[in-house]
Amino acid sequence: MGNVFVICEIEEGKIADVSLELLTKGRSLANDLNCKLEAVVLGHNLKGIEKQAYPYGVDILHVGDDKRLEVYTTLPFTAIIVSIFKAENPEICLLGASTLGRDLGPRVSSALQSGLTADCTALEIGDHSDKKAGKDYKNLLYQIRPAFGGNIVATIINPDCRPQMATVREGVMKMEVYSESHKGKTKNIDVDKILKPEDLVVKVLERHMEKSKVNIKNSSIIVAGGYGMGSKEGFNQLYQLADVLGAEVGASRAAVDAGFADHERQIGQTGVTVRPKLYIACGISGQIQHTAGMEESSMVIAINNDSNAPINKIADYVINGDVNDIIPKLVKLYKKNTK
Amino acid sequence: MGLKIIVLAKQVPDTRNVGKDAMKADGTVNRAALPAIFNPEDLNALEQALRLKDRYPDTEITILTMGPGRAADIIREGLYRGADKGFLLTDRAFAGSDTLATSYAISCAIKKIKDFDIIIAGRQAIDGDTAQVGPQVAEKLNLPQVTYAEEIISVNEGIVAEDDKYGVPHAKLAEELDLQIKGSIRVKRRLERGVELIETTFPCVLTVNASAPDCRPRNAKKVMKYKHAKTVTEIQEQSEDYINIIEDRPYLKIEEWSVNDIETDHKWLGLTGSPTKVKKIENVVFQAKESKRISSDELELEQLIVELIENHTIG
Repeated sequence: MGNVFVICEIEEGKIADVSLELLTKGRSLANDLNCKLEAVVLGHNLKGIEKQAYPYGVDILHVGDDKRLEVYTTLPFTAIIVSIFKAENPEICLLGASTLGRDLGPRVSSALQSGLTADCTALEIGDHSDKKAGKDYKNLLYQIRPAFGGNIVATIINPDCRPQMATVREGVMKMEVYSESHKGKTKNIDVDKILKPEDLVVKVLERHMEKSKVNIKNSSIIVAGGYGMGSKEGFNQLYQLADVLGAEVGASRAAVDAGFADHERQIGQTGVTVRPKLYIACGISGQIQHTAGMEESSMVIAINNDSNAPINKIADYVINGDVNDIIPKLVKLYKKNTK
Repeated sequence: MGLKIIVLAKQVPDTRNVGKDAMKADGTVNRAALPAIFNPEDLNALEQALRLKDRYPDTEITILTMGPGRAADIIREGLYRGADKGFLLTDRAFAGSDTLATSYAISCAIKKIKDFDIIIAGRQAIDGDTAQVGPQVAEKLNLPQVTYAEEIISVNEGIVAEDDKYGVPHAKLAEELDLQIKGSIRVKRRLERGVELIETTFPCVLTVNASAPDCRPRNAKKVMKYKHAKTVTEIQEQSEDYINIIEDRPYLKIEEWSVNDIETDHKWLGLTGSPTKVKKIENVVFQAKESKRISSDELELEQLIVELIENHTIG
């Protein structure tokens, strides 16, 4: 059997959070399967990168250090990963559901003719029996994700193709050091041998990366708005409440799609996953794609005028009424009681 | 300059409105019970194609879609907005396809269309949200891809002869590799934390984000022109008068391809060609938790605020 592989992304010389989260998950899957955890890091000037990877339980680190890999482009990264996978035949491959992972993952899966499941919210090891074919499978990767507008949760498996590939969004898995003293070994990838001239037809001419201005992931209080805020003006009231509470403003997908808020504020399966101490959901009905990204909040207050909204079922407090009326009241009452 | 553009579009159930009666007993979705719409990001893709046609009027836009017979609706919708023609790929052999089997079928259809410069698709469809089909098609056709595209900045026909920064002259490349590089385009990509300006050779595949401009509305003249556009199957149900009309106006015929019209290896199609299988589907049931109900009455709200301040949740 092959090993568990994690494709690590590099951000400003460091392994990105989403990749460390996947290494943590990958380590526990490797323990379940009694196999090794391997990771692939591609970039430039990666000296010492193993020191970041080993504590997360990496046994074998494949490093491709080359000027041509400094900035991510699809074709060279695909060529290298496909070449490693053909040699190593991994059991499982995990990637971040980032713009990089969602660009690279399908390309690799298409080249290897293996299955890929996007945006998983849970990964487990389990068995499967295909009664029609009379086949039993042991230790498959259960790739669990909400689907179909969040109305169902699907468990996807890849019985026959390897690697079993999955992408996971940042913040969904927990990041945990496995052991500070864990040591693995590093294998250098022979980049020159793999890359061909046609892998370099795409060039990045300019790149303006900025750190996310909004830091909802690490905020202890989040005021989130949904489509029920009614309008951009209605939604904007949330900033006043967030301001007095020292909170960040989040949004549901419906609110982002309606143009009430920027995508970087989106919470849920296709946005950020948050675990704040207090989550105030305003005009949010609570489709599972949204609750998947906030259900681990310590306390949830739901404000909406639908007494049957799904969000109410996971809320500690439900305030029933018109959000446009209640939010200014909360601002006023908070100010009054903290003076 | 006229470009040949293929827009990949999908008819999707409007997942924003899924009712209880939309699920079949076996856990699959009864698509027939849901309103079917043009996948939103595929409309953003169509708009990018239409903008190239604005710039280069000789451009020809072809819509390619795979789905059941009624997916012909989105080809008509595309024609109403300015596309020139459409292909519907429809066959039971494609049923149950996952993203990989879908991309295989689509890439086989594209090989049959053969003459194209740019393939543009939406980044992802709202029924699956996977964003996989675009890149998987690109890989199968061995083409470069630009995902998360927001704007096509410029198109340069012809091969750039000068060396790029890696010392790979395109002319030489094309010659040595027998790659049919027709030119290069510049595309702006919208990433989660920034933007990139990309240059790629074409033919290539682009997938377009929702942050790109919305698609223009239907054009009344084109609605008049194409409202009777039909596929072969649909034509069979029409009266003889209609068949006479379509003989005069061949542009009303929407091409319909079954699995026998394209060259495929059946083992890569449909359920058999899909490495991913659905093991289990659970309907979403929320675990009810003891929640405290509060009205919008100011006194009750104040009690809550005071309680939260006292237990240091806020303040």
